Amino acid sequence: MTSIFEIAGEVSIFGSRALAGLFQRPFEGEELRRQLAEIGSKSLPLVIASGFALGAVLTLHTRSTLVTFGATAWIPTVQALAFFLEIGPLVTGLLVAGRVGSGIGAVLSNMRATEQIDAIESLSIDSFKYLVVPRVIACTLALPLLTLFLDFSGLLGGFLSEYASSRLSFQLYITRSFSSFEWSNFYAPTLKTAVFGFIIGTISSFLGYTTNEGAQGVGRAATRSVVISSLLIILLDVLLIKFIFFMFPESAL
Amino acid sequence: MSNARNTTVAFEHVSKSFGTKQVLRDVSFDVHAGEALCILGRSGTGKSVTLKLIVSLLKPDQGKIWVEDDEITHLGESELSRVRRKMGFLFQDAALFDSFTVYENLAVPLTRLTSKSPDEVDFIIDRVLRQVGLAGDKKKMPSELSGGMRKRAGLARALVLEPKILLADEPSSGLDRITSSEIDDLLLMQKEQHKTALIVVTHDVRGARRVGDRIVVLDKGRLIADGPFAEIEHSENEVARHLVTE
Repeated sequence: MTSIFEIAGEVSIFGSRALAGLFQRPFEGEELRRQLAEIGSKSLPLVIASGFALGAVLTLHTRSTLVTFGATAWIPTVQALAFFLEIGPLVTGLLVAGRVGSGIGAVLSNMRATEQIDAIESLSIDSFKYLVVPRVIACTLALPLLTLFLDFSGLLGGFLSEYASSRLSFQLYITRSFSSFEWSNFYAPTLKTAVFGFIIGTISSFLGYTTNEGAQGVGRAATRSVVISSLLIILLDVLLIKFIFFMFPESAL
Repeated sequence: MSNARNTTVAFEHVSKSFGTKQVLRDVSFDVHAGEALCILGRSGTGKSVTLKLIVSLLKPDQGKIWVEDDEITHLGESELSRVRRKMGFLFQDAALFDSFTVYENLAVPLTRLTSKSPDEVDFIIDRVLRQVGLAGDKKKMPSELSGGMRKRAGLARALVLEPKILLADEPSSGLDRITSSEIDDLLLMQKEQHKTALIVVTHDVRGARRVGDRIVVLDKGRLIADGPFAEIEHSENEVARHLVTE
């Protein structure tokens, strides 16, 4: 039990250093741009495809239930609320934890095993600032944006599925989608994914950067990054929903 | 404090341990400008740790390490940065940055540690790559290079700031005889043309005989022999004598 607290403390200090690094020179803008492209742009196809498929499938399931109550007009509303409140943030978090978390863990642990981090330090470059800070910041910035892409691609998938069944117009679908929508339904859950991004960046960077297990540690760091990031995202999701309901009572439906 | 012996690198009674494992015990030696020192020893005797102590990637538990006039064990980051600019480090597997091209690998120290213009950076990189025989390979990624080419690229990155001290960790490991001999030639050229102090950790006795002016032999963390090759070949210490026998 003590070791869990020790590791939690080390990860907290690691994350705090990454946050503090955001405000310290040099700002490593070029590396941040590279990481935003790697973490954000390259995750887009996976996120959009997943959102689209989930949207289509969710609409099919919802329709088969609501049709028995004659409430199919609510399908767009249910779809939008489900995606913006929960499915979008959680699924994006888990997808990015799988794709990016494992990548960061593997890359940094490989750099450690092949002495690339030593090479950076021997050039008097702060390896933490150069490797860790841009990755943590890029994850934190990219997650909310990717979540929006998943939300809207989910709506699009839902619309096409609904259009195939009822020929509902796109304009009416959108109007119904947002008819019961508060602004807090949109920005609070979307912004909570910045916390998910910070967790993914911090955990996977910590596991990769601090590994000392040579080549064997590369696979281990990648796997642990995904497992621990995913677990923490699911746990934090529960806590953050409580927090959002407390801060924005109108968003509690 | 100053380095009274006027050496380029000096170890004074240096000890280092990792947990309960003592890697170096009371090790002292020095290297002068333009001199090539080869460190020999069995695996796990602290050879690579010695190099990492010189470049301050590790700190000793006891003793002093001098790099020219600086005792580096207690220097802060900004002063260490100044000292590290005097050194180039060829890592065992070259440690090229995987996501950068050969050109970008060489550009990192130049753009991060100097205020040279892009034209000057281009000029220096072209010159150093020609010197190591990689003039046509600057756009290649490390994964596209053979073992020997990776070593050359690693050496080019170590030389790009014209270091006074060149540290090389197993420069011939994983290479065939001809390629390792070519790497030895490059090290010798650097020493002779630029009066660079070389500190080479190696298992390759033939290479050490060719490159080294002096040999230091480590065994179980202790320095058991220090002198020219011919002297160590006739050393009374059996381990040292055995290690320098091809």
